[in-house]
Amino acid sequence: MHTISQVLGDDHQRCDSLFAEAETAVARGDWLTGESAFNAFHEALEHHFRMEEEVMFPAYEARTGQTMGPTRVMRMEHGQMRQLTGEMATAITARDRDRYLGLSETLLIVMQQHNAKEEQMLYPMADRALQDGMEQVLSQMGAV
Amino acid sequence: MLFPGNLSLDQAPPISVPFRFLLSAPLFGVLAGLLLTLQGPALLTGRWSPGVLAFTHLITLGLVTQAMCGALLQMLPVLAGTRVFGAVTVGRTTHLLLSGGTLALAIGFLADGGSWSLAAAVLLGGAFLVFVGALGWGLSRADNPNPTVAAMRLAVTALAVTAILGIGLALFWGGVPGLLFMRSLTDVHLAWGLLGWVGLLVLGVAYQALPMFQLTPEYPLRLRRHLTAALFALLLLWSVLHWLAAAERIPPAWPVSAAATAGAALLLFAAFTVRLQKRRRRPLPDAGLAWWRLGLAGLGTAVTLWLAGRAWPGFAAHPAYPLWLGGSYLLGFAVPILNGMMIKIVPFLAWFHLQNRQLALGRADVAVPNLRELLPERTTRWQLRIYVAGLGLLALAPLWPALASRPAGLALAASWGLLGFGLGQAARRYRSVNRALLLAPAGEGPGA
Repeated sequence: MHTISQVLGDDHQRCDSLFAEAETAVARGDWLTGESAFNAFHEALEHHFRMEEEVMFPAYEARTGQTMGPTRVMRMEHGQMRQLTGEMATAITARDRDRYLGLSETLLIVMQQHNAKEEQMLYPMADRALQDGMEQVLSQMGAV
Repeated sequence: MLFPGNLSLDQAPPISVPFRFLLSAPLFGVLAGLLLTLQGPALLTGRWSPGVLAFTHLITLGLVTQAMCGALLQMLPVLAGTRVFGAVTVGRTTHLLLSGGTLALAIGFLADGGSWSLAAAVLLGGAFLVFVGALGWGLSRADNPNPTVAAMRLAVTALAVTAILGIGLALFWGGVPGLLFMRSLTDVHLAWGLLGWVGLLVLGVAYQALPMFQLTPEYPLRLRRHLTAALFALLLLWSVLHWLAAAERIPPAWPVSAAATAGAALLLFAAFTVRLQKRRRRPLPDAGLAWWRLGLAGLGTAVTLWLAGRAWPGFAAHPAYPLWLGGSYLLGFAVPILNGMMIKIVPFLAWFHLQNRQLALGRADVAVPNLRELLPERTTRWQLRIYVAGLGLLALAPLWPALASRPAGLALAASWGLLGFGLGQAARRYRSVNRALLLAPAGEGPGA
């Protein structure tokens, strides 16, 4: 049986790979590949956030009654990352290599700290809290 | 329940706590470089020359320990999910005592001044009492004892051992009677400082930092669980055997085999790290990665030199040998790893605090500079190049002191000067953007 840790943890890896692909292409000055890889990354990240914000977090909050706990912090950090990806999209359009690389390095650190917290703490907690309704949560996430 | 690892502003210490340490660390490096430039060949007359002792302690205490204290105070909430009680006071006190103690110790070595050594013993004793006490308290309360927390605990214990032996030595230098036996413990002091305090912390932090920032695969769990504990145990075993061998109760080969095993453990770490970095998912060349590669090469060189010295005693007897051995570990391994960490952590903290403030105040009109705008890649790249040149010259200096020692000192001073300038500039940019965020938005009066 699948768990939240597996599904969302694997999705982090997918986002990381797309992130690295975009960064490498931009660093090379290959804007065509860079732009499409960035768009794929941006979409993957946004999709990941929505699986959490629309399905997993509300389910976790409803089950545990915690709305001011870890999920609040995670939502805040999603906001930080959205701000950065927004600025990265502008840098891509402007073909501003240095600005893009500065932003992507910043995003990388925020994203990795965020992922580590989720993978080491929140996902295992959610796996325990949502044990009974796991199938339903996973299928709802799949439908996002 | 608590949510450990929550890097939010209410848990991370104020930016002044880590900045105080991280911004002064390069200055001690500059002092060390200038000392080598001034003294030139006279400094390199041997392992026990006052100049070498002053130079070494400006680096180990002033640069390395200073940076490690700042980083630990910052990272404890993030990596260990625990906090340091009274972090601001602990930071301020430790920083003041450590800086003053380091300077007093260096002056004590150079001027052969007993009272300076005594002052250093008091100041450094105070610094480490406060720091080890506060960190130990925080670490003992960490509720998720992952391998990094375990390594930090051992590293802080090693710092305490190093400090106690070092203070004993400083008191001996200061003329306190009855401490002649301390001299025989010099190597033990050095081993606990370099292998214990520095080595264990580097290993523990690498377990978390490499997968996160270089997108490498994880270190194998078995290695993470056992390597730092094994190194600590070997250090302990070696210390006892070294003492017994010095008293001629066991053959000298015994402590050597314990140390050789520790050397093999360090090589294992270096080999795994190189392998993980080869498999990283972020192919972009990066200054942090370059510093890591240099550091691993330095570690490999240091262990190889040590083993070669045991295999060929004639080589170990060469006057240049101890300088190469110490230099390759300290300046080839420890300093590069810390340098790589500093150029990441300072701009990141500046950005992090600014962005949090921007979000909290809803000030989207004030732009927050990103990491490379805070510390340009150009600066870090040149700093690395100058450092490598300095290191190369320093390696030649024991053989051609008249030719290479002063240029080596100048290059090292320049590299650390550039590091200090780059980090200082990031801190200045932080302050100016922070001021702009706190100012009332344009068009609104002060009471609006």
